[in-house]
Amino acid sequence: MIEFKLPSLGADMDEGTLLEWRIAPGDALRRGQVVAVVDTAKAAVDVECWQDGNVLDLLIQPGDKVPVGTPIALLLEPGESAETAPVPTAAVPAAVPTGRPRISPAARKRAAELGIDASVLSGTGPQGAVTLEDVEAAARQAAPVDRQAAMRQAIGAAMSRSKREIPHYYLGETIPLGAVMAWLATHNAELAPERRLLPGVLLLKAIALALRDYPQLNGFWQGGAFHPAPGIHLGVAVALRQGGLIAPALHDVADKPLAQLMDELGDLVQRARSHSLRSSELADASLTVTQLGDQGVDSVFGVIYPPQVALVGVGRIAERPWVEAGRLCAMPTAHFSLAADHRASDGHYGARFLAEIRRLLQAPDSL
Amino acid sequence: MDEAQIRRQVLEALQGIAPEVDPATLRGERPLRDEVDLDSMDWLRFLAALHQRLGVSIPEADYQRLGSLDALLAYLAQRLEG
Repeated sequence: MIEFKLPSLGADMDEGTLLEWRIAPGDALRRGQVVAVVDTAKAAVDVECWQDGNVLDLLIQPGDKVPVGTPIALLLEPGESAETAPVPTAAVPAAVPTGRPRISPAARKRAAELGIDASVLSGTGPQGAVTLEDVEAAARQAAPVDRQAAMRQAIGAAMSRSKREIPHYYLGETIPLGAVMAWLATHNAELAPERRLLPGVLLLKAIALALRDYPQLNGFWQGGAFHPAPGIHLGVAVALRQGGLIAPALHDVADKPLAQLMDELGDLVQRARSHSLRSSELADASLTVTQLGDQGVDSVFGVIYPPQVALVGVGRIAERPWVEAGRLCAMPTAHFSLAADHRASDGHYGARFLAEIRRLLQAPDSL
Repeated sequence: MDEAQIRRQVLEALQGIAPEVDPATLRGERPLRDEVDLDSMDWLRFLAALHQRLGVSIPEADYQRLGSLDALLAYLAQRLEG
């Protein structure tokens, strides 16, 4: 028997509200399948199952808000039956701390759409049930502000923890991108907009390939020690149009061709902005990349997203004066920065990592 | 396709990318990407939407001619004529 617990979807999440089950008792589950939609401060998230199994029981109801780590469902391992499976000692639903709020289904759905926490509303319906009208009234008062305030608070908590706990060191290097930009211009010239590549995709690929050789920057600081990540999953900082940001993971960046990365990046950005991310995308990022060049800044020195141990920042790609072989020329360049956790690596190591990124970007054919 | 139709298609494509934009407040002579806060991914999606709606694939080499909404509309009118 497996207790399926509410997973932590990042340093800025300590509880979640179940919006919807996508499974029912008796269902067979495949690893990676979406089992539930859970609302967090930042987004409604599709929570995925991390192994195969069968659904035995659901322990919480839509509308329940529970802390990370709370058992929310009981699963049977493949081959187990309800009669033979040993029952985990803590698998009693009494652990659920908040009761199910009385709320009409229509009101619950509307509350989810509006990003309102219905469990804190006082209802005017029968037996104090929260009605659609209660939700609408709450929305008129404060809802859009609430969502943004919650996100601001979540970002603030994670970044405060980062600055409090992580001894950051910072390195920066201006990297020439003449070869990359020429390669891209040729590559994109005959392509429809739908199939063009953005420079950012080549930069992400180069960073991922460099991480293969510098694994001490790709992982997590947990329990007083560094744990390397099982894969190279780059967190991509995405600014949300309503304000705030989120950095979902682009999986296995080093192993994928550029066109596939471009498609997946476009999809990820769009889903981040429409609040429909998967739990693995929120939990798996092993190093975050923030590219603020579109906003015109020359460089960005980031704050590490714990428990990650490094962040790469990329500024604007622009033609700048450049000296090569004793001659002055105009060269597209971008400033790359590394913010890294001094507990996990040293500046010498970080500098070699940046140099490797630079080396890779001089040969775009190999990306 | 007349100018009004092109304009409507462009504004609809733009709102598909940036739903919060109010076309009435757009200043046609200002740099479009700043007016609407389009990053490079938004911009590419916008061009893809124009390609689908109007059948015009705008090459990267022409980006410099698309500085403002007015310039984009003039560019599209020219491409659709030719």
